[in-house]
Amino acid sequence: MSGIAAKPKLAVWKFASCDGCQLSLLDCEDELLAVAGAVQIASFPEASSASVEGPYDLSLVEGSVTTPHDARRIREIRRQSRRLVTIGACATAGGIQALRNFADVDAFVSTVYASPEYIDTLATSTPIAEHVPVDFELRGCPISKSQLIEVITAFVHGRRPDVPTYSVCEECKRAGNLCVMVAHGTPCLGPVTHAGCGALCPAYNRGCYGCFGPKETPNAPALSERLAGLGMSDPELVRLYRTFNAHAEAFREASEAREHGDSPTEKKSP
Amino acid sequence: MQVIEREELDRLIGLLAGDGYEVIGPTLRDDAIQYGPVRGIEDLPAGWTDEQDGGHYRLRRRDDRALFGYVVGPQSWKQYLFPPSQTIFRARRDADGLHMEPAPVQAPKRAFLGMRACELHALAIQDQVFTEGPYVDEPYERRRGSIFRVAVNCGQAGGTCFCVSMETGPRADRGFDLALTEILEGGRHYFTLEVGSDAGQAVADRLSASQAGEDEHRASMAATEAAAAQMGRQLDTQDLPALLMGNLEHPRWDEVADRCLSCANCTMVCPTCFCSSVHDSADLAGSEAVRERVWDSCFNQAFSYIAGGSIRSTPVSRYRQWMTHKLATWHEQFGTSGCVGCGRCITWCPVGIDITEEAAAIRATDQRRKRRDG
Repeated sequence: MSGIAAKPKLAVWKFASCDGCQLSLLDCEDELLAVAGAVQIASFPEASSASVEGPYDLSLVEGSVTTPHDARRIREIRRQSRRLVTIGACATAGGIQALRNFADVDAFVSTVYASPEYIDTLATSTPIAEHVPVDFELRGCPISKSQLIEVITAFVHGRRPDVPTYSVCEECKRAGNLCVMVAHGTPCLGPVTHAGCGALCPAYNRGCYGCFGPKETPNAPALSERLAGLGMSDPELVRLYRTFNAHAEAFREASEAREHGDSPTEKKSP
Repeated sequence: MQVIEREELDRLIGLLAGDGYEVIGPTLRDDAIQYGPVRGIEDLPAGWTDEQDGGHYRLRRRDDRALFGYVVGPQSWKQYLFPPSQTIFRARRDADGLHMEPAPVQAPKRAFLGMRACELHALAIQDQVFTEGPYVDEPYERRRGSIFRVAVNCGQAGGTCFCVSMETGPRADRGFDLALTEILEGGRHYFTLEVGSDAGQAVADRLSASQAGEDEHRASMAATEAAAAQMGRQLDTQDLPALLMGNLEHPRWDEVADRCLSCANCTMVCPTCFCSSVHDSADLAGSEAVRERVWDSCFNQAFSYIAGGSIRSTPVSRYRQWMTHKLATWHEQFGTSGCVGCGRCITWCPVGIDITEEAAAIRATDQRRKRRDG
């Protein structure tokens, strides 16, 4: 059993999330045995109730911080982890629940719950990196299985993950998809969205929903201008940017620019 | 110049297939005219045309049944000769050591039907890039050696075409095996046929063709002259390399960078862009590895990554790099322009950035003149 002791200890943690990203790890089927062979899965409540004490060599963190308790818990996990990698839109951008950041949480709580006094929640949903230092952020809603394997493999081999940060358009063009925006006039976030999904939606003639969040050096204002030209109203633009990555800086700013009616298009008109 | 009737084109496709070529040509797919397998003239987009402008492409019905009554589509022939991704080798590590296995090169016999003059020029440029320097790209060379080129001269220009400015069309003057010009007049539908190589001659000899008469010859020339007169765009190439390289700090670069998404669509659709990057991946156990080469783009930060970071970290530096390479430094590197005037970068830019407009804007406010006059 000495071999097992030498393996890096992997832990998987859940914060505010739907569990879909950590399930991607269980969904790895073909590679799962290889993962189990390369690392010791020390803590992964979704897979096993057995748990090994920290510290951990690699922590995968899913979900966003939405409660005071979680804000404390992530600091303890960071303290116990040599490397900490966040996985998915919730952990890297606050997730869909970050829509609360644009609204009044107390109003939500009093509307939804019969006894609001039992609810202890923060006014915002924030990514893990706003609370503790993060070694690598893996994007997506959900994450890509192959990119997750790449991140774990890179960690095991002691190198940087090869996860491109360019646009979805490049995946689209390499796959030979037709551009739905140019050829159909379909609104698409592909030109400002981080690659990783393999251009799934455009392959089915749908515009990109931005599940992987902003790409490197995103120019959302220029895309908004074009989408407005294609007939999208400001409220539609706000909704387009406010989905799974609503709190990601570039998408947040793009939606806020259209929310307050101070869009460049409107400025031009008298 | 010879003449074949419309139905003889069907026989040409059949002859090429019979010679073992997979015939690839324009087909209707997802509301666009895209290259794909063609088994006969019934697979061609009869009666369709395309409407193109900056960031805009739409199919439109023609009022005739022309088979080639449109211009170039979203992707170029590049995808077949310089594929978006290719495996270079696989490596395996076992008790005996490391074993390298070069990936087999797929070089199927393919006939490209409907290559436009601009695309033939793009092919010549990629030939030069990949095969004429000191380092020959062997997979490209092998794939390139297996193709048969059937050019189709343009009888009309598209909204973003500017081959006349680049002197690359609209009539194919070389670099083809066979060249067709489609003519519809007085209820007759035929093609003039020109032979550009021995391989082309060997195929033409088996077609039922007649010598072109004076009228047919005139109609063929008139078709491309009409296209030449309809160019949707133009680019003044006079002294263009010096103009751009003398204006590297022109404020226009900042303006275009405000609009540029750095999404890399222009480079992906460009038929001459040839950049790629190489990626190694290994399995978790570290016993199997694969090296792949994929299309890359100067619009990506990682493309210019060197020790310490990306040297073109801003979109302005990336757009300027792309445009000055295409129109200026390509001349120094390869002796030609890197642009063939096909217009794809204009049509398929999601925000419609127009290389001809950018060049014209810089020319109109040439900072060199300002400095001299100032």
